[in-house]
Amino acid sequence: MDFLNAIVAFANFVIVPATSYGAQLALGALGVTLVFGILRFSNFAHGDTMAFGAMSTILVTWGFQSVGINFGVLPTALLALPFGIAATIGLLLLTDRTVYRFYRKQKANPVILVIVSMGVMFIMNGLVRFIIGPNDQRFGDGERFIISAREFKELTGLKEGLAIKTSAGITVVTAIIVVVVLFWFLNRTRTGKSMRAFSDNEDLALLSGINPERVVMYTWMIVATLATIAGVLYGLDKSFKPFTYFQLLLPIFASAIVGGLGSPVGAIAGGFVIAFSEVTITYAFKKVLGYLAPEGWEPTTLVQLISTDYKFAVSFAILIIVLLFKPTGLFSGKQT
Amino acid sequence: MSEPFLIGENMTGGYGSGPDILHDCTIAVEKGEIAVIVGPNGAGKSTAMKAVFGMLNLRGGAVRLDGEDISGLSPQDRVIKGMGFVPQTSNIFTSLTVEENLEMGAFIRRDDFSDTLAQIYDLFPILKDKRLQAAGELSGGQRQQVAVGRALMTQPKVLMLDEPTAGVSPIVMDELFDRIIEVARTGIPILMVEQNARQALDIADKGYVLVQGRNGFSGTGKELLNNPEVRKSFLGG
Repeated sequence: MDFLNAIVAFANFVIVPATSYGAQLALGALGVTLVFGILRFSNFAHGDTMAFGAMSTILVTWGFQSVGINFGVLPTALLALPFGIAATIGLLLLTDRTVYRFYRKQKANPVILVIVSMGVMFIMNGLVRFIIGPNDQRFGDGERFIISAREFKELTGLKEGLAIKTSAGITVVTAIIVVVVLFWFLNRTRTGKSMRAFSDNEDLALLSGINPERVVMYTWMIVATLATIAGVLYGLDKSFKPFTYFQLLLPIFASAIVGGLGSPVGAIAGGFVIAFSEVTITYAFKKVLGYLAPEGWEPTTLVQLISTDYKFAVSFAILIIVLLFKPTGLFSGKQT
Repeated sequence: MSEPFLIGENMTGGYGSGPDILHDCTIAVEKGEIAVIVGPNGAGKSTAMKAVFGMLNLRGGAVRLDGEDISGLSPQDRVIKGMGFVPQTSNIFTSLTVEENLEMGAFIRRDDFSDTLAQIYDLFPILKDKRLQAAGELSGGQRQQVAVGRALMTQPKVLMLDEPTAGVSPIVMDELFDRIIEVARTGIPILMVEQNARQALDIADKGYVLVQGRNGFSGTGKELLNNPEVRKSFLGG
């Protein structure tokens, strides 16, 4: 019984949250990795693109809520998602037209594009704060839990409860659907293959008659979709605050780099590696070990490796370890 | 005399605003023939080919395809006009499968290209066996076949090969030359640059020996092989 309790406690505080966080990071990292693979620069504006997408979705959600449209047990935000995606696609295409294209024409060095993307980041950041404000916004509605801790305890008779939030369930399901569709697109469609070809060998892609502007346009559209979905899922799961999206940039980049920049599979794997490490290392194992340890050996301290305040240090540490021992990442992405 | 199918006439030019590499250089290929550009290292062989394909600025001369002046067209537009080009290096999409490489070759075609695909698999049977494998996992000779196959997917009117046998073993080289002859037999004129001058001139209908960006000697493959001066300077006696 104690053993089961330990497993349930571990699942409740580590596995479930890390899985949904991992899925959110994976979606974010996919966007970063696509921009890197095809436009060949590290897009620092990605976190704020996610914030913009989430914000647009929240505004539409509020609109729906005020006229009484809802999605039953599911959050209304899912209904608003397509509108948020459309707005973000518009923003990214506009940014590309006005900013990135200029530098692309000049064949600017990737380092210059990174700095440019930082500028874009600050502008998007300001735009989001200007429109929705810097504070926490709540927009989740519908059923809060798929199964709550109390229901679980009553159901199983265990001392520990396992709560699964609706947002966590939606995150995982949505992430799976998005990833399947994305891989189908990249591997099976003519446009998707041309994107991979362009990422693989730009000169040869040009010789084969692949239109770079078109590839870039599709890339931004996909990136906008991924960023908005990731942003909304993160907002539903935690809450929406522009600054946290800016901070997400670090774990997202860490995920993309750990997996191998430019490799979509790597981005997904990297997202989960980072999420599980972050949650596991900052979790206080007192409770779990309390169940497992023999009588009288229960830990008296929290058994927490590092405080949650330092969770970003985990991403950093993993990033450095991977860069030291396997600089191309787990799935050997492109080299800069 | 009728005009050759593809001709780069009196080409003078270099890369960007750099010094001229080609001086009054003329390269041509007739329908149904194989033309080979040979010459010592640094003679401007690849440069001459790139000039024909529009990858450098010409300061003099012109390129004509089937009588039409195409000197002002970009390489991409020349592909659409019917020129197939296989670069010397990074001439395949390494992370794509063999079949995807061929599909990308046919990117500009909107019609059904499955018979062209079948023709290429007939021409290069090994590619059919490996069609679902990533092209980057193939051997050097197989990669070159993928590269040539990719260029053939547009059903080009002329095929240009930049050192197709660079870095492959002699046996593979012979096989590649056999394949190139087969391609030529289907009626596609071939213009190629080769390091292995003797073997290349052996299969060539027309040969050009470049010396420092200028036409040194030209003639049929046989003439050049028998020319004592060419033999002495380039073919090792």
